Amino acid sequence: MEKRIKERKVLTGEQERHLLYQMKLIRRFEEKSAEQYTKEKIRGFLHLYIGEEAVAVGVTQALSAEDYVLSTYREHGHALARNMDPGSIMAEMYGKQEGCSKGRGGSMHLFDATFNFYGGNAIVAGHLPMAVGMALASKKQQKKNITCCFFGEGAAAEGEFHEAMNLAALWQVPALFICENNLYAMGTALKYTHAMQYIEKKGVGYGIDSSAVDGMDLIAVSKAANDAVKYIKTNNKPYFLVCNTYRFRPHSMFDAELYRDKKEVEEWKKKDPIPRYQQDLINKKRLSKKQIDEMDKHIEAEINKAVTLAEEGTWEPVEDLTKFVYSGQ
Amino acid sequence: MKMEKMTYREALKQGIREALLNDERVFLMGEDVGHYGGAFAVSKGLLQEFGADRIMDVPLSESGFVGAGVGAALAGMKPIVEVMTVNFSLLAMDQIINNAATLLHMSGGQLNVPLVIRMGCGIGRQLAAQHSHSWEPYFASVPGLIVLSVGTHEDARGMLLSALKSPDPVILFEYTFMLNMDKEVAPDAGAVDITKAKVRRDGKDITLITYGNGVYKSLEAAEELSSQGIEVEVIDLRVLRPLDEETLLASVAKTHRALVVEDAWRSGGMAAEVFSRIIEKGFFELDAPLQRLCGQEVPIPYPRHLEEASVPQPQDIVDTIRKMIGL
Repeated sequence: MEKRIKERKVLTGEQERHLLYQMKLIRRFEEKSAEQYTKEKIRGFLHLYIGEEAVAVGVTQALSAEDYVLSTYREHGHALARNMDPGSIMAEMYGKQEGCSKGRGGSMHLFDATFNFYGGNAIVAGHLPMAVGMALASKKQQKKNITCCFFGEGAAAEGEFHEAMNLAALWQVPALFICENNLYAMGTALKYTHAMQYIEKKGVGYGIDSSAVDGMDLIAVSKAANDAVKYIKTNNKPYFLVCNTYRFRPHSMFDAELYRDKKEVEEWKKKDPIPRYQQDLINKKRLSKKQIDEMDKHIEAEINKAVTLAEEGTWEPVEDLTKFVYSGQ
Repeated sequence: MKMEKMTYREALKQGIREALLNDERVFLMGEDVGHYGGAFAVSKGLLQEFGADRIMDVPLSESGFVGAGVGAALAGMKPIVEVMTVNFSLLAMDQIINNAATLLHMSGGQLNVPLVIRMGCGIGRQLAAQHSHSWEPYFASVPGLIVLSVGTHEDARGMLLSALKSPDPVILFEYTFMLNMDKEVAPDAGAVDITKAKVRRDGKDITLITYGNGVYKSLEAAEELSSQGIEVEVIDLRVLRPLDEETLLASVAKTHRALVVEDAWRSGGMAAEVFSRIIEKGFFELDAPLQRLCGQEVPIPYPRHLEEASVPQPQDIVDTIRKMIGL
C-alpha cells in the first residue's frame, strides 16, 4: 500500500510530515479544548475527535480546495484538516464573535465558506441530503468539484441516510460519503443498533460502490480516499467509504462511559494512528528527532495562539441578538 | 387591459413556467412533477418543454429531496421544491427547520438558502384527516422562514416569482380546493409585493383578516353584507411570516372592529398571533372584542357535511359579523 502511494508520487517527505503535523495538531487542539471545557471557557456540548485523526486527515488530503465538505458535531478535526484557523475555531467554541461562525454556532456548528466547509451539522444524518443537493448543483453547473460528507455509523440507521444514498445513486452525483464507524452511537454499541454491521454493505444495496478501510491507519485511509476521489471523478458516480475507527474519549463531556470496558479502550489505544504514523516516518528516515521536537513546539505555539485569540476575543453586543435570521440583517 | 380568465391551476403553472424561462438556475423538483404531470396537474407539459434536468421527478423521500433542495440552494442553484401536500411535510420538517431556516444564523450570516418550497394544502375535497391539514401557523412560528399563502389567482400567478427573488427560504402554501376555480387575471400579472398584507376589499364598518381558502369565502360574505348595508374591509394576510402589522393596525384604526377567519385549528392559529399584535399596538382603537372563526379542533372527518362544518363557511362569517355590528 505504502509502496503504491510512493509510486504515484502522491506524497513527498514534506507532505508526509504535514499529515503527521495535522493529526498531532488535532490531538493537541482537542486536549486543549477539554482543558478549556473544564475551566468552563467552553460550554454546551463538546465532542472530541481524539483517536479518529487519521480519518479526517487521510480523507481531507485527497480533496481539493474547491470541494465541498460537510461534517457532523464531532467536526473540529475535519475543520482543522481543512486548514481552517485554529484560533477561529477556538474562538467559536468560546462563543466570541471572532469565531468562524461569529460565535453563533459553538463547537457543533463550525462553518467557513472560504474553506468550503459547510458545518458542523448536529442532527445526526440531517446533512446527508444537503450533501447530495450540493453535489447535484455541481453536476448541474458542470463544475469539477466533489462533495465530501462525513458522518458516523449512528447516522446509517437514520432514514435520511437511506434517502440520501438512494438519491445520490439515482442522480449519479459526485459525492464521497465517509462513514466514521467508531462503534458507538453515543453510548450504544453497533451490535445493538445495526442488524447489518458491515456498514459498507448498505451502500451496495443502493448501487453505490463501497468499501471499508482501517481508519486507524493514515496510509490506508489516504490511499482509499485517493482511490475514491479518482473513482468519483472518472466515473461521475458517488462512492461510499467506511473508516473503521474508535474514539478514545467519551462521547461528550457529559458521558460517564458506563457502556464500554476500559480494557477495550486500552486495546484500541494500541492502534493510535499518531505514534503509528510517526514511527513509520522515522523508519523510512523521513522524520528526525529534531523535526519531531520542532513540530511539537510549533503545534504548542499554534494552540497557545488559538487560545489567546479566543481569550482576547470580544462578545457580540446583545443588541445584535436577532441578526442573521434573514439575509441583509 | 383585457383580463384573462384562468384557473388557479393554470395561474400556478404559468408562474412556474415564467420562473424557469427567467433563470436557468431555477429547477422544479418533486414527487410526480414530471412524467405524471404533477399530482394536481400543475406542472403538466413542463417536462416536455424543459427536460428532465429542470423538471425532476423524485422518489417518495420528503426529507431527502427537501434536503437536496437546501444543498442545491447553498451551492448556487434556485430550486423550487414541491412537497405534494403539507400533510407530507412533517417528514421533511428536520430539513425545513433544522437546516433551511437555521443555516444562515448558525453560520454567522455566511450561508443563505434561496430555496422555495411549494406545498398543496387545505381542506375541502373529502380527503379525511391525514390529507386535509392546515398547518400554516406552525411554519409561521419559525424564525428564518418566509411563509406565504396563495389566497387568490393573482397571487397564484405571481407569488412564486417574488419568492424566487428572496435570498432566504420561502414556504409557499397553495390551496388544492381552488385549483379548478376560474377567475379573471390581468395578462401582465407578475411578481407581487410579498412584504405586505393586501386589502382585497375596502370597507369602513369592520376589518376581516384572513388568508388562503378564507379569502374568497370572506369576499363572498362581504358582498352579502354589503347588500345589507355593512361594509367589510377584507385583508388577505398573504405573508404569514413576517406579519405586516402596519396594514392590520391601519385598518383597525379605521373600522374599530376585527374578525379573523382561517381554516387552521383555533389553538395557536394565525388568529392568536394577529390578535396579540392588535392588542399590543391597537387596543385603544377597538370598540368591540376581537372575534375569530377558525377550524374546529378535530381531525378533519370524511363526510361532506362534517367536513364543511369543520371550517368557517361564508354564512358563518355573515352571521358573526352581523352580531359584532349589533344587528
